Amino acid sequence: MDLSVVILVEFLYAIASLILISAGLAVIFGMMKVINLAHGEFMMMGGYATITAVNAGVNIFFAMLVIAPITIGLIGLIIERLIIRRLYGRLIDTMLATWGLSLFFIGLAKMIFGNTTTGVSTPIPGLSIGDYQINGYNFFIIIIGFIVLALMLFVLKGTRAGLIARGTMQIPEMAAALGCSPDRVYLVTFFCGAALSGLAGAILAPLVGLTPSSGATYIAEAFITVIAGGPALIIGLLSSASFFGTINQLFTFAISPIVGEVMLLVSAVILLRLLPQGITSKFFKGKF
Amino acid sequence: MTEVVLETHALTMRYGGVTATKNVDFKLYAYELRCLIGPNGAGKSTFFKCISGLETPTDGEILMLGSETTFWTAHQIASLGVGIKTQVPNVMDGLTVFENIWLAARRQHNTPEANRKTEEILDRLTLRDIAHRHVGHLAHGERQHVELGLVAVGDPKIVLLDEPAAGMSSKDIEQMTKIIHELNKAAAIIIVEHDMQFIQSIANRVTVFHRGEILIEDHVDRVMSDPTVRNVYLGKKS
Amino acid sequence: MIDSLWRDSVGAVLGIALLIWVAPLFISPYTLTILIIYGMLALSLGMIWGFGGILCFGQAAFFGLGAYAYVIAAINIGESTLPMLIAVLVPAIFASLLGAMMFYGRLNDVYLAVITLVVTLILFKFMNSTAGPEYIIGKARLGGFNGIPGFPTLNMPGNPNAYIWGDTYFYFCAVTLGVVFLITTLILQSSFGRIAVGIRENETRMSLLGYDIRARKTVLFTIGAAIAGLAGALFANWAEIVTPNLFSLSQSAEIIIWCIVGGLGTRLGPILGAAGLSLLKFLLGQQTLIDNLLITGLILVLFVLILPKGIVPTLNDLWSLTIGQRIIRHRRRPRRRTRRKPPRD
Repeated sequence: MDLSVVILVEFLYAIASLILISAGLAVIFGMMKVINLAHGEFMMMGGYATITAVNAGVNIFFAMLVIAPITIGLIGLIIERLIIRRLYGRLIDTMLATWGLSLFFIGLAKMIFGNTTTGVSTPIPGLSIGDYQINGYNFFIIIIGFIVLALMLFVLKGTRAGLIARGTMQIPEMAAALGCSPDRVYLVTFFCGAALSGLAGAILAPLVGLTPSSGATYIAEAFITVIAGGPALIIGLLSSASFFGTINQLFTFAISPIVGEVMLLVSAVILLRLLPQGITSKFFKGKF
Repeated sequence: MTEVVLETHALTMRYGGVTATKNVDFKLYAYELRCLIGPNGAGKSTFFKCISGLETPTDGEILMLGSETTFWTAHQIASLGVGIKTQVPNVMDGLTVFENIWLAARRQHNTPEANRKTEEILDRLTLRDIAHRHVGHLAHGERQHVELGLVAVGDPKIVLLDEPAAGMSSKDIEQMTKIIHELNKAAAIIIVEHDMQFIQSIANRVTVFHRGEILIEDHVDRVMSDPTVRNVYLGKKS
Repeated sequence: MIDSLWRDSVGAVLGIALLIWVAPLFISPYTLTILIIYGMLALSLGMIWGFGGILCFGQAAFFGLGAYAYVIAAINIGESTLPMLIAVLVPAIFASLLGAMMFYGRLNDVYLAVITLVVTLILFKFMNSTAGPEYIIGKARLGGFNGIPGFPTLNMPGNPNAYIWGDTYFYFCAVTLGVVFLITTLILQSSFGRIAVGIRENETRMSLLGYDIRARKTVLFTIGAAIAGLAGALFANWAEIVTPNLFSLSQSAEIIIWCIVGGLGTRLGPILGAAGLSLLKFLLGQQTLIDNLLITGLILVLFVLILPKGIVPTLNDLWSLTIGQRIIRHRRRPRRRTRRKPPRD
């Protein structure tokens, strides 16, 4: 009984962290058809923003949930204005330019923070279920992961901004038809996407030793979760995160964490071969 | 003249819940020139995509030049001796007219023979003057002619043309008609078309599609005067 | 066509001669060797991307596979001739399987990029995790993130004790690059290469003409991987150690940057881009003020924004717009009067 609870928590944790890792990328890709290869570096910067704020005496939850998203969102704004907007509609070129940005930010972080590992301690103590000890912070990640998902669902379904966003996802010209300049829609989208990436990086920072090249560990998982999710933003995110999270945990339990990670990537290759348009192109059609 | 070169049995294509073509039985005889008409969404373009291998039908059977081609891909069907022209001009924009046609000729012939065939087609379709210009820089009508050149150089036995007259000037259409008649000497031709004037000037037999099925198949003049056809298609248009 | 092949051969021989006799006056042969190896690696991607339209985000995978295949084979066999061959074959076979899976699945550009990237990451992660003693192939321990040092380097065929190293190895690499360049030229000017360009321009049309684009792309992808594998084996001999970093994302990114900066659709562009940027990196590596990656990243962003065609094609355009045009006009006019036949073939 206790063991099954622990296992359930581990699976939920794997799924929630995949959702967190991919949400920012999914928003930007879903809305703008831009694949942001600097996504991992946005997360890395979110982590550094948190650590810097905590070292300056700010409460860690405030740093993670407010300071990091806003800082990275603002960086996203600048990037959108300077680079991304010049490349709309040129998918491969945006991929290349954001890859360049990713290298740029790694270099910048190395110069500012040095090529060493830094970190903060987890703010929530561990707790025990029966004979087993689990990381209390995992619960926090599960809760935040699903709050992010719920929030996205609410914004998309319940607000006027969400209506415009849904229209733009279907037909890019829709924003203009709804009386809103597409330029601004893209700007806001990029801000939100970058802020979500910053949030994810901040929340995961206490779990990992942060280095300037930490972003690379996330980008592949985020990338395939979003691509495998397919055209429906939220259902796609949820279904592919569940699929990959489960696979990852299964092999982690059965063999080792590294095999879990490799199997996640292998299953992604197979999945894309079978469903080249993503999971939601075949199932959950027409949802979002 | 009675040899059947293309035949479909109960050809059905469904996209999700929409049935685009339903139980289409179709026959094309050697050296025939057939037009497919019908209102938008009648299923003629889907039918065209199925027989040219761009889509795989959900159900039914396609026989072409003695082979069953139902599940063949486009390149296999093309290798059989079928020349295909799609709705939008589908050409290699970054290459010259010569290179475009050469690539089409090279599939069946070795390099010197392909060079010779290309020169021949350049003269036959009067493309000589623009032979070394990039296709991307040409006008719409010229691009359509280049694409017909790509089809013609393969000496096809069946030619499938999707809206060849779309967006062309009357002078272009005149030349297009000449080329089509010349192709027709060696090949059976299917043309999917909207332009009724063009159809009347070129076709003999016409197949009318309506709601995914064949409504009527007859001589062009009789089809034009048929009240059912007028009702579903021509009545709305003219 | 024959004319231009002749011209390219002369050009390649002249280029290699320049590289062997003049370049060492300015740059050490040791550094030049790695520039040559990176040039070859860039050429492998420049060929499949610039001429075949296949954007592979994981060309580093084949580079790394070639290096590892050479090292593992060399440790087990004890000499280098057969391992060099294996280093070309292993990535080629791997690429043919991967390519067949992708191209027969009709995946588009973006998914191709994702899959090649992910496959490179799998190799990177796997190689990093092989530190334990259970990961051993024959006599070769994979060594995880420490890599594999200490293996037999290149020797004269049939004589395992006559090592090729130092300046001789530099000459060997220079000549190999020349040969690979000519082979690439031959392939690109053959019907196969011209058809590949046709596929780059319009896949649907080429398949409607009856070409099996899936098979052709797989073959081209395989050739590119074979060249990258050869470059990997040469790299292993130069560095005398192989590490999982060969498979890293920044290595993949670098190959793409070389091609973009040098210019796609040319053979010389990627080679020059690789040599120039790697040289810049070596020079920058000697200072600590500005980080290397920052500059590499900035270069990539700026080129995508300002000069997406790359240096060599832009110079070509400039040349034909200014000086070249005058010369051509000068030379063409009398010719047109005498011969009415178009100049082609």
